[in-house]
Amino acid sequence: MSETVYKAHLIARHAESNLWLARYMERIENLARLLDVTNTFARDADDTRNWLSILRINGDLEEFYKRHPEANQANVGHFYLLDAGNSSSVQTAIAAARENARTLRALISTEMWLQINVFYSHIRGLSAADLTPDHFTPVCAMLKEGTQAHTGITEGTFYRDQAWHFYMMGRYLERADQTTRLLDTRFHALAPRIAAADEEINAGQWNTILRAAAGYHAYRREHPNGYKAREVAGFLLGNGSFPRSVGLNLQQIEWHLTELRSRYNLRGASAALERLDQLTATLTQESLARVVEQRLSPFLDWLQREIGGLHGDIVEGFTTHPNLIGG
Amino acid sequence: MSLPIGSQIQSSSQSAQSQTASGLSTTSHAHGVLQGYDPARLFCEMLRPGQPPHPSLTLLMSRLAALPIESLRRRSADAERDLLERGITFTVYSDATAIDRILPFDLIPRVITPPEWQQIETGVIQRVRALNMFLYDIYHDRKILADGIVPRELVLGNAGYCQAMVGFDVPFNTYVHVCGTDIVRDETGAFRVLEDNARTPSGVAYVVENRHMTLRVMPDLIAGLRVRGVDEYGLRLHNAMAEIAPAGVLNPQVVVLSPGIFNSAYFEHVFLAREMGIPLVEGRDLTVEDGRVWMRTTAGLAPVHTIYRRIGDDFLDPDVFNPDSMLGVRGLIEAWRRGTVAIANAVGTGVADDKAVYAYMPRIIRYYLSEEPILPNVDTRICSEPDALAYTLEHLHELVVKPVAESGGYGLLIGPHATKAELAEFREKLKRDPSNYISQPTLKLSVSPTLCEDGVRPRHVDLRPFAVTGRDTWVLPGGLTRVALREGSLVVNSSQGGGSKDTWVLE
Repeated sequence: MSETVYKAHLIARHAESNLWLARYMERIENLARLLDVTNTFARDADDTRNWLSILRINGDLEEFYKRHPEANQANVGHFYLLDAGNSSSVQTAIAAARENARTLRALISTEMWLQINVFYSHIRGLSAADLTPDHFTPVCAMLKEGTQAHTGITEGTFYRDQAWHFYMMGRYLERADQTTRLLDTRFHALAPRIAAADEEINAGQWNTILRAAAGYHAYRREHPNGYKAREVAGFLLGNGSFPRSVGLNLQQIEWHLTELRSRYNLRGASAALERLDQLTATLTQESLARVVEQRLSPFLDWLQREIGGLHGDIVEGFTTHPNLIGG
Repeated sequence: MSLPIGSQIQSSSQSAQSQTASGLSTTSHAHGVLQGYDPARLFCEMLRPGQPPHPSLTLLMSRLAALPIESLRRRSADAERDLLERGITFTVYSDATAIDRILPFDLIPRVITPPEWQQIETGVIQRVRALNMFLYDIYHDRKILADGIVPRELVLGNAGYCQAMVGFDVPFNTYVHVCGTDIVRDETGAFRVLEDNARTPSGVAYVVENRHMTLRVMPDLIAGLRVRGVDEYGLRLHNAMAEIAPAGVLNPQVVVLSPGIFNSAYFEHVFLAREMGIPLVEGRDLTVEDGRVWMRTTAGLAPVHTIYRRIGDDFLDPDVFNPDSMLGVRGLIEAWRRGTVAIANAVGTGVADDKAVYAYMPRIIRYYLSEEPILPNVDTRICSEPDALAYTLEHLHELVVKPVAESGGYGLLIGPHATKAELAEFREKLKRDPSNYISQPTLKLSVSPTLCEDGVRPRHVDLRPFAVTGRDTWVLPGGLTRVALREGSLVVNSSQGGGSKDTWVLE
């Protein structure tokens, strides 16, 4: 395949909108997975603790308790599925995704826009009747299917010029971020009991984590002998084949940044690439093994901040520099 | 824009003729969805009394007549859902909520025959030429004012007249790059221009989208018929925008400048950017440095050579116009005056599509081109002239009176529909500020078969063809047909119960 020379410019503001469009759509999928898995697999004795963990992942405990007295399926469901005033609900996410898609309407494919627009009205149409126990899983399935349809349509129709690269980086940033949060909350949730060792976490809880990340079966295939904290963490953080591992997502971002530099002659990638270098060095098997020997939580906090920083580097690098090009 | 109402007075010969024609039609199409369709004395765009038959039109009518009404209704519902899902919508804001509304699509096309199109096309080109020559003149030598053809005060004192344009030259002396000419047809079938839209006319996206909709929901209606295509618009517009770019630029960068996603016409801005393959920008994406316009891209600041703007003059440049505007670009007008960037439409065209100046258009055409208007005006009285005011006050109950500064069909009086109290109230308004009004006779507008609740019924239509001008003028075959969906209504505005139709120019 010959190297295409891309001449069309991308408006800086549109680059950022692409990042956000992908992030919000990905966020809906992650939230739906989490709610579904919690509803289905985490119905052990400590129901409240399981619903609380979703609130922890999103840093929403305070907001939640302002509105609801108790963390249970009905209240957490309402908070995340129906509450348009909650900035981390699917209602907010789909509205933001649609607004970004609207901004990008001249750039994204018409099929992408159409699907988001229809998906938006489905989500806007959700009501309390959809949250009863017998409806909860179908609603989560609808959300997952909607976002997966989006992902598939994007794969098949989005022209792969600059805009697509930014879109893809948004998706990978969000996946990496969500996976660290998922892992972090479990360690946090169980912190009092595992002061000595993370190993104590029982099989049921690892199940839940892996299922929420759509990694349960892949993990079993890789580690048929059971769960070890080191191995689960290594899988979610560093596995090079698992679509939601932090390492794989960072690696994809690196590829996109390199493409933007080599094929489009863009000079804004330096800071992001530098940060990625440092980040990926911590995600090798050896390095992860050392981290897991100690407490994982501080490392996950650091990782989350770095992923946020990476988003910032990309925005800063590609949307704010003032050099004049061409004439 | 609004359409005036039909006159109650009808010559006996005309009504006899029309009745014969519609009588013929009901016998030949007395089945299917056209059963009971009766335009009575109105000119029907499909049955076209007194005109020679066109084979495509005959075929279209027999196909239409063969369609069960249930099928039409189902397709109509499909089309409506499709428009909503595709987001072919305009946003209406009320209080804190934003609602996406569709422009209702009527799936029975409005048809234009080759000789009719010939008249419209040449007439529009003639009018655009005259508008551009008028604009050049009033911003340069003002000969037409000196010769007393158009009152000096009407032009120089007009809110649309722009001091910054005086003495400034634009490429090819083209000011109105995109023009939308609103045309109606009276009871005799004669076309008449109702108004010119020379600032930032909208609606062209619907012309193309309506055709696509026909192809999706009425494929069996259009199959094999020779209908002029409408897909060329983006290419033609881009070429015109490239033509007017500063000299010496090999591949000019054209952009569409929009007020942003909250603008009610945002869908059309998206459409235009997509069809031209160029960035859709907002004011904040542009900046002026060293007297040139640049856009903020991922690679840095990239030069911009032509701006197709869809924001009003007042908001373009806070340095020159409204200082509070957040939508525009500081320094844009200065860059334009330096010739480093082209702006379409040019600033200051509002004076030419003013409702009062409109009344002078036939004289303007004769003055510059020494030609008779190919498309006549609706007879218009300018109420600032004492005779016209006296006539208007006397005949208020049979006239349409329009404020010259309003658009969207607001603030007008439709005499025959007004109550005594409304007439009295309007009479006072008119006396207080006569120069704010023009009056026109009420016309019996033509109708086109339209799917309504009680079946296919005659509804009033207008037509807005779009003319693109760079070096030369090109007219998109067809245009936007708007239809007043309410029975007897003449107001086709989308904000007031209007819909639209696909417009077929037959070959």
